[in-house]
Amino acid sequence: MPDIQAPEAKDDIRQIDSRTFVIDQEDIDTDQIIPARFLTTTSRDGLGKLAFHDWRYDSEGKPLDAVSLNSLDTAQCRVLVAGRNFGCGSSREHAPWALHDFGFRAVISSEFADIFRSNSARNGLLPIMAPEAAHNWLLENPGVAIRIDLASQHVDLGNGPSFDFAIEPFAKHCLMEGTDPLGFLMSHADAIDAYEADHT
Amino acid sequence: MSPETERADTKTDFGPRSLFDKVWQAHQVRAETAETPGLLYIDLHLVHEVTSPQAFSVLDERGLKVRRPDRTLATIDHSTPTLDFAAGETPPYATAAAQSQVERLQDNAKKHGITLHGWGSGHRGVVHVIGPELGATQPGMTIVCGDSHTATHGAFGALAFGIGTTEVGHVLASQCLLQRKPKSMRITLEGETGPGISAKDIILAVIAEIGVDGGTGCVIEYAGSAIEALDMEGRMTVCNMSIEAGARAGMIAPDATTFAWLEGREHCPEGADWDAAVTRWRALRSEPGAHFDHEVMIDAASIRPMVTWGTAPDTGIAVNTPIPQPRSASHKRALAYMGLQAGKPVAGARVDQVFIGSCTNSRITDLREAATIMSGRRVAAGVRALVVPGSVAVRAQAEAEGLDRIFIEAGAEWRQPGCSMCIAMNGDRGEPGQLVVSTSNRNFEGRQGPGVRTVLASPTTAAAAAIAGHVIDPAELMEPAHA
Repeated sequence: MPDIQAPEAKDDIRQIDSRTFVIDQEDIDTDQIIPARFLTTTSRDGLGKLAFHDWRYDSEGKPLDAVSLNSLDTAQCRVLVAGRNFGCGSSREHAPWALHDFGFRAVISSEFADIFRSNSARNGLLPIMAPEAAHNWLLENPGVAIRIDLASQHVDLGNGPSFDFAIEPFAKHCLMEGTDPLGFLMSHADAIDAYEADHT
Repeated sequence: MSPETERADTKTDFGPRSLFDKVWQAHQVRAETAETPGLLYIDLHLVHEVTSPQAFSVLDERGLKVRRPDRTLATIDHSTPTLDFAAGETPPYATAAAQSQVERLQDNAKKHGITLHGWGSGHRGVVHVIGPELGATQPGMTIVCGDSHTATHGAFGALAFGIGTTEVGHVLASQCLLQRKPKSMRITLEGETGPGISAKDIILAVIAEIGVDGGTGCVIEYAGSAIEALDMEGRMTVCNMSIEAGARAGMIAPDATTFAWLEGREHCPEGADWDAAVTRWRALRSEPGAHFDHEVMIDAASIRPMVTWGTAPDTGIAVNTPIPQPRSASHKRALAYMGLQAGKPVAGARVDQVFIGSCTNSRITDLREAATIMSGRRVAAGVRALVVPGSVAVRAQAEAEGLDRIFIEAGAEWRQPGCSMCIAMNGDRGEPGQLVVSTSNRNFEGRQGPGVRTVLASPTTAAAAAIAGHVIDPAELMEPAHA
């Protein structure tokens, strides 16, 4: 494995002890996660206040008290459990930026949209595909304490149906070791030069 | 080795290869291994103002340059106003943030030597309209953009897909992406479509058939007589919405229609180079017996004018067909949001706004379709209709054909090019509770403004809704009006 360090290693993602927050809804799209009208930003910071914006605020921008996302203690609750096909829609990386800044470190669903899944893993937000039985159990038991262990790719659900999850090996390596994919890419400059020389 | 990585290419390295296999293999800088993804070379990187600023910032922080500015093409489309303004004036941006985002791209393009089709360019427009229009999009290429509708370019036999902003930075710096080979799916549409059925109806029917996640993890090849019969604009509409079924990309084998459309365009080769390119491109099509992980067959003759009833793009049904009973809590929520009832058709629903535009349906043929319906008629009282061409060039072409007069005389607004109300981040949007019939690609809650209800449809069906004031089978307006 290459050994190129990113500016900051993402220590807190190797083992996550947390309660879950459940949104039992399928096909949650990126326009729900962060509405497009907020994408005029040129920064990736501070987007947590915009996560699920149109569910959380009224038309004047006041937080809705009845929405539990607005009173969530993300120190205790860093794992979002959502219905099938989470993150469908656009390629906006603002979606995982917003969820991470809000305080989530993992999302568990039975299926993820491709671009959202790859964007998340690059931004310290673990996308975890759960088998149907475990997914259903998590949806039916909101707020349970769970442990996610990245090294062993295991989610311990305590009394529930604990499960192993798949993660692309390089994405795992980058998350575990703080390896920077851009540094890895740039280390192949000779191969890229050679490819370009052959394809002019 | 995990099963996922072991899959590799044993099926496609030696046997008959698909269009996707060929393009994929031709762009491998380094093959994937169990531990690491492969390096895929990118021929064309399209850039717009929304998903690029943070990527350029990373380059600046690391002191990196853009490796191939000559393979990078930028435009401004998402945050740009579609209102007229006088030369020399500041464009009427919806917000200061929108203006500074556009200016950031102008600065980044200048600093890194990237061609930007900005204000004043005759080719400014929606990124997925101008790439093909310039002939920058060509068969056999790999094309990426920080935009999920990049699959549009697959209509030319390119492998084109959307990427996140981190990956935009990767391509800017290295002209490569770290990728594992996706799975493949072939969707074959045989049969002749009925009169007035467009590519939009076809792709809405496809997505309804396979579902909003039916293509997840896959590159789709669209094939069959109904696809071959489409013009290039129609093929772009089909490939454009591949992401709405969850697919990474959509592709169509290049043929005589493709070559005729591209010949003579600015970025295309000329003379002997053109002939050599066409010979290469002809060899791209999938070979008989090529492997696909999934196969889907759809009878094109059965496709009717389609509209969506819900808040996901797979809720398309024929305009006069009753909305199905909800199968899930999500469907119930969607029906409540849309204010529509199961057991009744979408036809008859009262319309507040009509949007004709977007990377799905803003090309010249789309505008001609809409104009055919609107010609000699008036937009219904109380309905606002927006017609937003995909590019400066499309707008000029439409004006040369007199389409602008048809729209304006019908009472529609004839706008400057841009993404406009498809994504509603430039000030063009609906009001809470309004029903918008839209030729765009997404009907998510709030997509066209908070609380706005979106019905996806073809340009013909959208134009018919504008005239009738409610959703209607466009067949009822197919006979020319007598002014």
